[in-house]
Amino acid sequence: MGAASNTVITTERLTRVFGGTTAVNDLSLTIEAGEVFGFLGHNGAGKTTTVRMLNGVIAPTAGAARVFGLNPATDGHRVRARTGVLTETPALDSRLTAFDTLRYFAEIYNVPKQVRKRRIDELLDFFALSNRADSKVGGFSKGMRQRLALARTLIHDPDIIFLDEPTSGLDPVAIRDVHQMIEHLSHRGRTVFLCTHNLAEAERLCDRIAVLAHGKLLAIGDIQLLGSHLNRSHTISVEVDVNDLPRALHLFAQTPPVARAEATTDRASARNGGVLITLHGVGRRDVPKVMEAAMHNGLNLYRIQPEEPSLEDVYFALQEL
Amino acid sequence: MNWESVWAIARKDVSVALRTRAVVLPLVIVPLILMVGIPVLVGLISGMAARMDVASVNLDELTRPLPSGFGAEYAGLSDPQVGYIYFVVYLFAPMYLILPLMASAVVAADSFAGEKERKTLESLAYTPTTDRELLFAKILGAWIPGAMVGFGGFIVYSIVANVMTYYVAERIVLPNALWLLLAFWVGPAAAAFGLGVTVIASSRVNTFQEAYQIGSLVVLPLVLLVIGQAAGAFILSIWLVVLLGLALWVLDVVVFVLAAASFRRTTLMARL
Repeated sequence: MGAASNTVITTERLTRVFGGTTAVNDLSLTIEAGEVFGFLGHNGAGKTTTVRMLNGVIAPTAGAARVFGLNPATDGHRVRARTGVLTETPALDSRLTAFDTLRYFAEIYNVPKQVRKRRIDELLDFFALSNRADSKVGGFSKGMRQRLALARTLIHDPDIIFLDEPTSGLDPVAIRDVHQMIEHLSHRGRTVFLCTHNLAEAERLCDRIAVLAHGKLLAIGDIQLLGSHLNRSHTISVEVDVNDLPRALHLFAQTPPVARAEATTDRASARNGGVLITLHGVGRRDVPKVMEAAMHNGLNLYRIQPEEPSLEDVYFALQEL
Repeated sequence: MNWESVWAIARKDVSVALRTRAVVLPLVIVPLILMVGIPVLVGLISGMAARMDVASVNLDELTRPLPSGFGAEYAGLSDPQVGYIYFVVYLFAPMYLILPLMASAVVAADSFAGEKERKTLESLAYTPTTDRELLFAKILGAWIPGAMVGFGGFIVYSIVANVMTYYVAERIVLPNALWLLLAFWVGPAAAAFGLGVTVIASSRVNTFQEAYQIGSLVVLPLVLLVIGQAAGAFILSIWLVVLLGLALWVLDVVVFVLAAASFRRTTLMARL
């Protein structure tokens, strides 16, 4: 399996069967160094099984994987030395303190003694756990446990970070912190493999996204590319004064390449005395034409926005295929 | 072998096990009953019997065959006094082995099955330790407390037994060669055996209690030793203890080979 120098993960027809259930089915993908790669799918889609195979903690039934050019099935320990995995549940020993938890994993990962304490203190500080460093994990809230688990994942400064549902069950503030942490890792050139079913999260954070259903890869690419899978024309939303609605509808219907113009119910616009018109058959590139037509005819535009398919549109369309 | 990782896991297993009530209670209560309670109770009864000059029983019938030289060594003592010394030095010897065996089994159950039960095994599986390192670390983390409880029990028992034999017969009897062999040759082997069996059990069950219960079954052969000796079928001589230790170490090798076969992270994780 040939791999470009900056490719860190490659899978080729990777398959895992449990009994009669195919958890991962013929999965082929490549991930480049420094990418934030979204792995999207319902619960049971095969995300966790894929992470396990990529780290050599379960063996594939068929197919192959390469991580850093190594085969996880035979060189799992060498792969795992350079990866960090946040498991779906924090998997922390409630009898240890936060500091002891991080020290324990720092020792297992052979973090050099001279930097160990500094690294632990930095992570406790980054994840706002410094004041609970000596508290037992058993007394931690769900958010604190998740933050500590994230700190543990990063204790050895891994090159690839696998995050399995990192924001599941967290409050909005904690979610924001996790998102900032992922962006921080990305800026530092780390590769992030983000398993999630949170579409907004994936859309916001990921460079590329793979959509998985029942273990099968449905699509892979950036959101624009995935959007092309949708058999749906783009639209532009235009907000005009409610008193200008009939004139605006007539004007836009006559403006090429608009195929159709129709008024849309929008409470936010209505509250401000406006009305939203959806223009069909036009996209981002047609915005100047629409603006020019409005200005030329003395129509006041309060807002104009090209509407492109969201990840949510793409995801549900793919699931229905 | 990545020794730093191995020691980190073993040290953590010992340290958290000793903070767990379900682990600590048997580690305290069983030695107290076995190494203190029973010898003191039997000693008090024997002492009273000796002082009250209770009608003697035919000791030869009860304890035959006596170890060679035993009768001559304790000539002049009454039957209750000789009987107590025989009880302390020989009859009770197999019971002592319950200590290291039970201690390592309970810590191993917490370390292996407990890790599954607490769902902390997954985070450990994702570390760069190899299966061999992980197994070795876990074995070390259970064997050390098992052996330590054995050594500690030996010291406590020696003190208690000497106090009581002095009370009963004004004799100091321990340590002797037989008990030194038990403590430093057979005891560590018993600890290894108890944890080896528990490791195999842990790979098939999901809770600490299940693993501990299965692991505790290895105590049963020791009960047979006690009964066999009490019935006069054999007597623990030094050579028999050496052979018993040897047999246990050989058995340990077999058990650990089986344990290594059952301890593969790919198999364990596939079951999670």
